[in-house]
Amino acid sequence: MPRELAIEATGLVKAFGATRAVDGVDLAVPAGAVYGVLGPNGAGKTTTIRMLATLLRPDAGSACVLGHDVVGEADAVRGAISLTGQLASVDEELTGRENLVLIARLLGLGRAAARARADELLEAFGISGAAGRLVKNYSGGMRRRLDIAASLVVTPPLLFLDEPTTGLDPRSRTQVWEIARALVAEGTTILLCTQYLEEADQLADGLVVIDRGRVIAEGTPGQLRSSAGSGSLHVRLIDPEQRPEAARGLEQAVGPVVLEPDGAALSAACEDAARAAAGVAELARAGVALADFSLGRPSLDEVFLALTGHLAADAAPVPEEQPS
Amino acid sequence: MTATSAASGTTDTVAVRRAIASTPRPPRPGRLATALTFGWRGILKIKHVPEQLLDVTLTPVMFVLMFTYLFGGAIAGSTGAYLQYVLPGILVMSVLFTTVYSGVTLNTDLTKGVVDRFRSLPVWRPAPLLGALLGDSVRYVIAGTVILVLGFVLGWRPDGGLPGALAALGLVVVFSFGLSWVFTVMGLLLRAPNAVLNAGFTVLFPLTFLSNVFVDPATLPGPLRAFVEVNPISVLVTATRSLVDGAPDGTAVAVSLAVAAALAAVFLPITTRLYRSR
Ligand SMILES: Nc1ncnc2c1ncn2[C@@H]1O[C@H](COP(=O)(O)OP(=O)(O)O)[C@@H](O)[C@H]1O
Ligand SMILES: [Mg+2]
Repeated sequence: MPRELAIEATGLVKAFGATRAVDGVDLAVPAGAVYGVLGPNGAGKTTTIRMLATLLRPDAGSACVLGHDVVGEADAVRGAISLTGQLASVDEELTGRENLVLIARLLGLGRAAARARADELLEAFGISGAAGRLVKNYSGGMRRRLDIAASLVVTPPLLFLDEPTTGLDPRSRTQVWEIARALVAEGTTILLCTQYLEEADQLADGLVVIDRGRVIAEGTPGQLRSSAGSGSLHVRLIDPEQRPEAARGLEQAVGPVVLEPDGAALSAACEDAARAAAGVAELARAGVALADFSLGRPSLDEVFLALTGHLAADAAPVPEEQPS
Repeated sequence: MTATSAASGTTDTVAVRRAIASTPRPPRPGRLATALTFGWRGILKIKHVPEQLLDVTLTPVMFVLMFTYLFGGAIAGSTGAYLQYVLPGILVMSVLFTTVYSGVTLNTDLTKGVVDRFRSLPVWRPAPLLGALLGDSVRYVIAGTVILVLGFVLGWRPDGGLPGALAALGLVVVFSFGLSWVFTVMGLLLRAPNAVLNAGFTVLFPLTFLSNVFVDPATLPGPLRAFVEVNPISVLVTATRSLVDGAPDGTAVAVSLAVAAALAAVFLPITTRLYRSR
């Protein structure tokens, strides 16, 4: 079977006043996998999802979701998708069970079937102990799982997940990832918006990177990382004042240096352990005190720097850096 | 505790796969059924957050007690006579105040993500709004009943008896259903729930006080009296009093219903348009 496209978008544009939140985005999302939309805060991810989920009408461009036009056949699109938004898309003033029964009834399940379905999902998602509690008293992880469960009352062919793990602890994050994998194994396509390269790495088969409303790269997570070099030495200083000295040392011993947004951290593209060791030794010789250091894969910041020439944090309007 | 996975709050991958495997999509429910489901949601909220009800009933209860016992003697000669006069007016006031909360609730919904979910479901588009107002009507009935019962306890005896009182309550609830679309428009236009609350009462307070709720307009100076007499809330109060008294004023009832219909005809389409484009 040829790889069908679950989503095909061309030239999507959405402006809010003077802000061009989405500025000509093309997407080709293959069916049956997780496709990532990676970008920093304010890049236009949520706005893109809202257009694809028929919540916002594009100013220009067009999009087909599972063969239906998002503007002309919005109702057919809604019949085939589920949305787990960035803000919790559940009702905080209802209990977990009531939330699921509500969605089930709205989708056409009978009273008894709706209750049975709600209980089945609550059990599977580990929320049955809190089923009768108001959602506003849920932990972040439970709320997220309920939110996803509400999207699966009738398993959709296509699920939108907008930053599903932002603000979650590592364990809850892993649980969300497991659910996403199980869904794909059952044949659902997922469009995943995230700020974490790590998350895209874990889940996505393909992805686009967007920045300031535009697609700036497309490929597999591996390809994106290699565009920023295959590895990276991260160093955190005890005294941020020493950063210029540390940068000089690393530049000499390892290579080009990235100053991270955190004023005490910096990193340098670095392929092998021997070079990294040389870098750390150089810093010790120069009398730079380290809080910690690690040899890891490039961070999203580094990938961004490699792709755009500016740091992710620059995408949002931030005050000028004070002179050091 | 038998369900260990629930107790430890973890997901069970096998159960997850089973739960998401076999869910045939049922046929879509009808429009009325969908609106009623949203109405059920509104009623659940009343159940879970009864404080809201307290807010809107406490003030009128205070008014009943204060006006009857503090000013009743001075205004009408005796507290008993004044209670007889003021109670239908306070019934109107307390239920109308409750309508502001339709806008507040809608605005609260919009600041959360839950409306995004509703709008991404394949349901009849006005259903969430209609359903919410159906749920709100239950709130109107409760607020009205509180006042009627309180009046009865204090010695209020309507000439029209129970049927008269129920007819009055029915009229007030129908009027409120029309009026609440004004506040849903505010709920969609303003930024925060509190702004809706303030704007709503800024409209309702003067309209209520410059009406015949508390005093007979015959006692007022000319220009004020002219305003009070054309104020639709006065007409509604007149209609309500006539039903309570068992001597229905056909004109006042008809004008009240017409005003409610006109409000709905203007503000309901604006509400649905705004809701769709949010
Ligand atoms: N409803 C809105 N009104 C005005 N500006 C908005 C609105 N929604 C988003 N924006 C702006 O559009 C840009 C993209 O936002 P968004 O799509 O939420 O980004 P992301 O989800 O990637 O963080 C931001 O600059 C944001 O401030
Ligand atoms: Mg977002």
